[in-house]
Amino acid sequence: MIRTEHLSRKFGNIKALNNVNLHIKSHETTVIMGGSGSGKTTLLRLLASLECPTSGNIYFGDENLVGIKQKRLYELRAKMGMVFQYSALLNSLSVFENVAFPLREHSDLDDFIIQTIVTMKLEQVGLRGFEDMMPSQLSGGMAKRVAFARAISMDPEVVFFDEPTSGLDPISAGVISNMISDLTKKAKMTSIVVTHDVHAGLEIADHLILLWQGEVIIEGTSEVIRNSDDARVVQFIEGRPDGPIPFSRSETAFIDDLMHKPGTVRMSS
Amino acid sequence: MSAIEKKQPAMFQMLGGLGRWCLQSIEKFGDAAVLSAVSLGYLFRRPWQGKHFMLQMYALGVGSLIIMAITGAFTGMVLALQGYYTLAKFGSESLLGSGVALSILRELGPVLGALMFVGRAGSSITAEIGIMRVTEQLDALQMMAINPHARVILPRIIATTLALPLLVSLFDVIGLAASYVVGVELLGVNAGAFTGEMVAKVIPMDLYAGWLKALVFGFLVGVICTYMGYRAEPTTEGVAHATTQAVVVSSVSILILDYILTSIFL
Repeated sequence: MIRTEHLSRKFGNIKALNNVNLHIKSHETTVIMGGSGSGKTTLLRLLASLECPTSGNIYFGDENLVGIKQKRLYELRAKMGMVFQYSALLNSLSVFENVAFPLREHSDLDDFIIQTIVTMKLEQVGLRGFEDMMPSQLSGGMAKRVAFARAISMDPEVVFFDEPTSGLDPISAGVISNMISDLTKKAKMTSIVVTHDVHAGLEIADHLILLWQGEVIIEGTSEVIRNSDDARVVQFIEGRPDGPIPFSRSETAFIDDLMHKPGTVRMSS
Repeated sequence: MSAIEKKQPAMFQMLGGLGRWCLQSIEKFGDAAVLSAVSLGYLFRRPWQGKHFMLQMYALGVGSLIIMAITGAFTGMVLALQGYYTLAKFGSESLLGSGVALSILRELGPVLGALMFVGRAGSSITAEIGIMRVTEQLDALQMMAINPHARVILPRIIATTLALPLLVSLFDVIGLAASYVVGVELLGVNAGAFTGEMVAKVIPMDLYAGWLKALVFGFLVGVICTYMGYRAEPTTEGVAHATTQAVVVSSVSILILDYILTSIFL
């Protein structure tokens, strides 16, 4: 479905992604995990063509998304949906209009059909009856579910999820995770989920990719990840503060900083 | 080491800073020009953005009516007072009507109107687009195959360009009416002299010059404010900074451009 070849992305001198080669299969839930700053959101944005890579290729089916003409990209985007980390609902539109938005923009369906589809999608995410509410009146979990309904309103082939459970209470997070699994299995969609929620990631993933410092350190099923003896994987899965993945990211040694910062007390040797 | 040599590093630093500022300004100017040109390129391409243009005309134009009317009224009133005070010294109170009319139509209407428009509409454009950037709404539009250049930027540039001349016309009418009330009703200038001088001295070119200025200022406000919002750093501080910058840069640009346009039209 989606394939990357030697994908790299730099921001100035910082390598956000380095030589990533992936093969994301259709009708599966692929979960991309990693700590903060590991490059997972950058990878998702590249896969969705919201950013251009510094080098490498991204194939959607047989088509290379790198350097693709905007018109063709927009045609392909009819097959894509995305649930953003902060929902990205259009503030000026009601819940109903947000979900109906892609249908109004890209189809000639009459109002009755659009209303029927929107009602079905909102029922799917458990928000039927909230059509007239504005995004500012919704809780975080509700906003995520409306964004979910909007992302699937055009029945896309692929749905991208950026941190779908972050900032949610455990019940809302569980509901969202179940919805992603159901969507993939029942509607035969392909879900690509970026998360640092280990519990949710391991539960819903058919295929899991773990990133560290912009590189893939392991990929496979949840079982493969759970049984890995790679110290970095074990540390991440178990959430240990000590291990090869450092908590502190200082570029210089702590003592050096204390010794040489102007205004600090110098220690005699 | 001589005194000059000692001062060189500071001077070089200052020159370096000035050079960097110039380069950054040129880069931003080019970026804004490209962003606007790309957006304007969608003017004659489907899908038409007529509905969104009308929504912006309402939000930016109708929303600015009251502030424009109040500014116009008090500008006309103050001009009448000051003009009367000055002209009375030469015994030329009868010229008040033409003096006020020429000042408002050629200069104060477009400039003050544009400055008020920047504060009321321009800042809201930048803040709105900046918040769309922070909350990923611009990315969401992209993902729904909707071009933000065509949907977000273009309607706002066209709306500001067309709304400002209309608002300035309102400013002019209310300003002239208010100056009449103060000049004729309060200060006792002869009504016939006031309006007669106004009609005699104001030529169509004065009106056209004012409208053309308003048209140019409106376009400028649209370009600067949409650019600042679109390129705002996606943080709350970034949006606040972009909004302030949009108002400052737009206002200064209006004043500079006003001098250039006035020197052309005189």
